[in-house]
Amino acid sequence: MDETQNKEQVNSTHKIGIYLWIWGLLFVLSFFSYLVDWFAFQGLLRWSLILTFMFLKAGLIMAFFMHLFWERYALVNVLLWPMTAIACFIALMAAEAQYTVFTRAFYFFVGG
Amino acid sequence: MSDNTLNNLPGGFKGMSYDMGSDQTAFKGVQWGKVMMWIFLLSDTFIFSCFLISYMKGRASTVVDWPNTSQVFSLHVGDVPVPLLLIAIMTFVLITSSGTMALAVKYGYERNRKMCAWLILATAIGGLTFVGMQAFEWSKLIHEGVRPWENPFGAKQFGSFFFMITGFHGTHVSIGVIFLFIFARKTFRGDFDTGKKGFFTTMKSDYVAIEILGLYWHFVDLVWVFIFAFFYLW
Repeated sequence: MDETQNKEQVNSTHKIGIYLWIWGLLFVLSFFSYLVDWFAFQGLLRWSLILTFMFLKAGLIMAFFMHLFWERYALVNVLLWPMTAIACFIALMAAEAQYTVFTRAFYFFVGG
Repeated sequence: MSDNTLNNLPGGFKGMSYDMGSDQTAFKGVQWGKVMMWIFLLSDTFIFSCFLISYMKGRASTVVDWPNTSQVFSLHVGDVPVPLLLIAIMTFVLITSSGTMALAVKYGYERNRKMCAWLILATAIGGLTFVGMQAFEWSKLIHEGVRPWENPFGAKQFGSFFFMITGFHGTHVSIGVIFLFIFARKTFRGDFDTGKKGFFTTMKSDYVAIEILGLYWHFVDLVWVFIFAFFYLW
């Protein structure tokens, strides 16, 4: 292993504290999302809490455990922009589901 | 992965246009294997998204009530049913293994061979525990009569989405566990220090491989975050 490469990679490590912090936060956030079910919150409160904790956890894992926080924007943007396509797909299928359930309800209960 | 020449380049969006327009390597300072793993994970994201979106569509468009996951996945402690107990434990086990993996990557880059290897081994055992608990959960549900085409709790689509989504995730975990054991052995043996050639390749082993494996493992954890939220909690 040559010396320059060795040196370069030693520079790239991060303090152990940051990993332990993220680890702890992930535990706390998971515990909170479990509590959402434990206290049986319903409706908008339940969904918004679940989504908040989910996105916080996903963000922490990607940013720090997967090192995206420290990567250059060229990589980060290539990875994150395709997610907008998924968001579009979700919106399309949500609309489609509304239509399907409407037609089902109509023909099952009202009749054709 | 930053060295002095990288630090001299422009950062942020300016840096992005500089990197992309540099007519050379677009992803500067990122080893090619790591880029390949990221691209694989991106495609895997799309596969899991398709599963979760079809689950959303199926669940939103059925006129029959969806099974109450809080009850379906409850475990009895003594006589008291605790909702989602096993799933919560599985979540904590997977997060723990993700944490040990992150530390393994750190110690790998610091050339701390033993610490790195033990942490990879701990990660593998965590993953194995997760798969074991999932097998228990599957057999419990199959025993209770859940099938891909029917179940005693509610909407019939529940079973097919459950087996498909958790099964595909469990496969990812299992493959990860196999690779973690292989990498633990390689690390203990010192392959990454001596630059020994790999089994399928003529290239020298390097500690960056552990970061690449780590990316895969964190991704598995990441997918579970979404499955936990959408399938179990929603």
